[in-house]
Amino acid sequence: MPVEERELFIDDLPKDFMEVNFGPHHPSTHGVFRFIANVDGEKIISAEPVVGYLHRGIEKIAENRTYIQFKPLVDRLDYTGALNNELCYCLTLEKMMEIEVPERAQAIRVICAELNRIAAHLIFFGAMGLETGAFTPFLYGFLDRESILRLLEMLAGGRLTFNYITVGGVRRDIPAEFAPGFDKFRKEFPVKLKRFAELLTGNEIFRNRTKNVGILYKEDLLNWGASGPTLRGSGVRFDIRKVEPYSGYEKYDFEIPVGTNGDVYDRYIVRMEEMRQSLRIVEQAVDSIPAGDWTTKVPKVLRPPEGEIYYRNEGTKGEIGFYLVSRGDKNPYRLKIRTPSFCHISMLNFALSGNYIADAIVILGSFDTVMGSCDR
Amino acid sequence: MVWWIELLWALLKLVIAVMFIFITALILIWMLRKVMGHMQYRRGPRHHGPHGIWQTIFDAIKLLGKEDIIPNGVDRWTFIAAPIIIFVPTLTIFAFLPFAEKIVATNIEISLFFILAVMGISAISLLMAGWGSNNKYSLLGGLRGAAQMMSYEIPMVIAAMGVVLMAGSMNLTEIVRAQTKIWYAVPQAVGFFIFFTASLAEINSTPFDMPEAESEIVAGFNIEYSGFRFAAFFLAEFVNLFIVCALAALLFLGGWQPFENPVYGTIIFLVKTYALIFFAMWVRSTFPRFRIDQFMDFGWKVLLPLSLANLFITAVIVLVVDRLRGV
Repeated sequence: MPVEERELFIDDLPKDFMEVNFGPHHPSTHGVFRFIANVDGEKIISAEPVVGYLHRGIEKIAENRTYIQFKPLVDRLDYTGALNNELCYCLTLEKMMEIEVPERAQAIRVICAELNRIAAHLIFFGAMGLETGAFTPFLYGFLDRESILRLLEMLAGGRLTFNYITVGGVRRDIPAEFAPGFDKFRKEFPVKLKRFAELLTGNEIFRNRTKNVGILYKEDLLNWGASGPTLRGSGVRFDIRKVEPYSGYEKYDFEIPVGTNGDVYDRYIVRMEEMRQSLRIVEQAVDSIPAGDWTTKVPKVLRPPEGEIYYRNEGTKGEIGFYLVSRGDKNPYRLKIRTPSFCHISMLNFALSGNYIADAIVILGSFDTVMGSCDR
Repeated sequence: MVWWIELLWALLKLVIAVMFIFITALILIWMLRKVMGHMQYRRGPRHHGPHGIWQTIFDAIKLLGKEDIIPNGVDRWTFIAAPIIIFVPTLTIFAFLPFAEKIVATNIEISLFFILAVMGISAISLLMAGWGSNNKYSLLGGLRGAAQMMSYEIPMVIAAMGVVLMAGSMNLTEIVRAQTKIWYAVPQAVGFFIFFTASLAEINSTPFDMPEAESEIVAGFNIEYSGFRFAAFFLAEFVNLFIVCALAALLFLGGWQPFENPVYGTIIFLVKTYALIFFAMWVRSTFPRFRIDQFMDFGWKVLLPLSLANLFITAVIVLVVDRLRGV
């Protein structure tokens, strides 16, 4: 073909991409998150995440506060799974100061952490419905989250940020009304899960929207530092509750659901199945809760010995870890918090490029990021 | 008759029609909020009047009382014209929609054809709103809307043609009269399905609400609109819902059959229409949204061949039956 003729082809013309800004007030960026997408029609060429709209300097605040004063702020990291954050922070300190936690306190911690995990995954379920355009699952998810919050309210008194788990145990014992309340929940929840499956999981449109969308391979995910259900959706059977059991997780019988394709649907299914497994853990813990103290004696002012430690556990979104450097003072010399949301958002460009705008929102939703934990 | 009495009579008819349209839209908005609310374990509006019936009226008054904002940088006349143009087909169609035997403002021989043709105008309005707003989300929404309406118009019209073949007329009154023995929803079940699905796409209702997908492009074509311009889009959406459901009831559910009486006929016709509207709202509160390319595939690769096959088979059967009767 002669050169002059070839130049007329539209494909050869330089393309002018449209820059579309999503957020920080976009309805589906999960809080104040912003990303700038270069789009060619409806296709995303590249996406640049912009974080920091919810930055509160929590890591720096930690250096000016005592360990106990800082603990309420840990709740504010991943506010959908506040108790998991608290658990990790307290375990870090206990490991450093070699404090033994009574068996009963450990069981109570497992109960509230797993209940909180279910609550967090219910938010994910609702948000996933919103992202694919169905409004009803959102309200169904929040309705059932309410019954969990009632249970947690009995335990801790709070509903979103609890400040319940303390160094050495928990703040107070399980109240008497918890057991009947949980019995009711344990009967109702599997029915609800089935209803969710009928409403959203089994829907043909939802399957079309999520299957084979946003496929991520495990090698890439491992390189990007992904963890939690996002990583397990791609078939990596890695769960810190099993790999490095903490707080007595080794005593409970539960499975780790993994996906096969690594698409949005698999990440969704993994979370839906995790709710079932979490319920199993809570049931076992409630049934076999040992008698004894719910807290142990700890010094009024915590002064961990000089040294450093990294301790991690399985948060609701993935691996949450605290890297603590202590100089033997009453406040930490440096506290670095590793949060899953930050890792997941950092791979946004990698995950979104080449997808449609409609898919981009669903993929972002499938990471289940929380900006409070990303920006810290 | 004196000319001014005629003019007054025409104006009165117009006022009645416009009032009916607005009241219908307000009732439908209230109904959607109630239906969706109860399906989502909520109660919907409750505070103003019995079961919150005045809520939408107050909402409408609030919207009308708002400041009229025309953002800088918009294509001024396109921006202003879009909400007016979306009402043109909506108002026009009402003149040709029969409610019962002899209850129709204008009775022409090709009323079905005319209605289907006029419906296409609303695509222009979406495109104008999307383009004129000078907003990237709006542009995406407007283009989505135009593409969607154009591609779903075709299966919708072809599905309606099956009914026309069976009734042997394009007059809606005649089509309803032809359904004395059997509603066309039975012999034209496939056509009914295609027509109703394509109608939902035509009016941008869930699961086909890509032009205003709030999770992706925030509010699509109407993102820059506020006050009464937004109210115009909002009302038109609901009036269009009424129109497509009324059309489906006329074409496939026998309109005002089995009543000849205009009063009972109107009532039964409205009951059928509202039943279809309820179904549309049910779908709306249950289904997720399609993705734009899947949606186009569904239209061009499923609905269009299906409607063509339906038309072909209907034509053959009608031909054979006519021949047999003729012989």
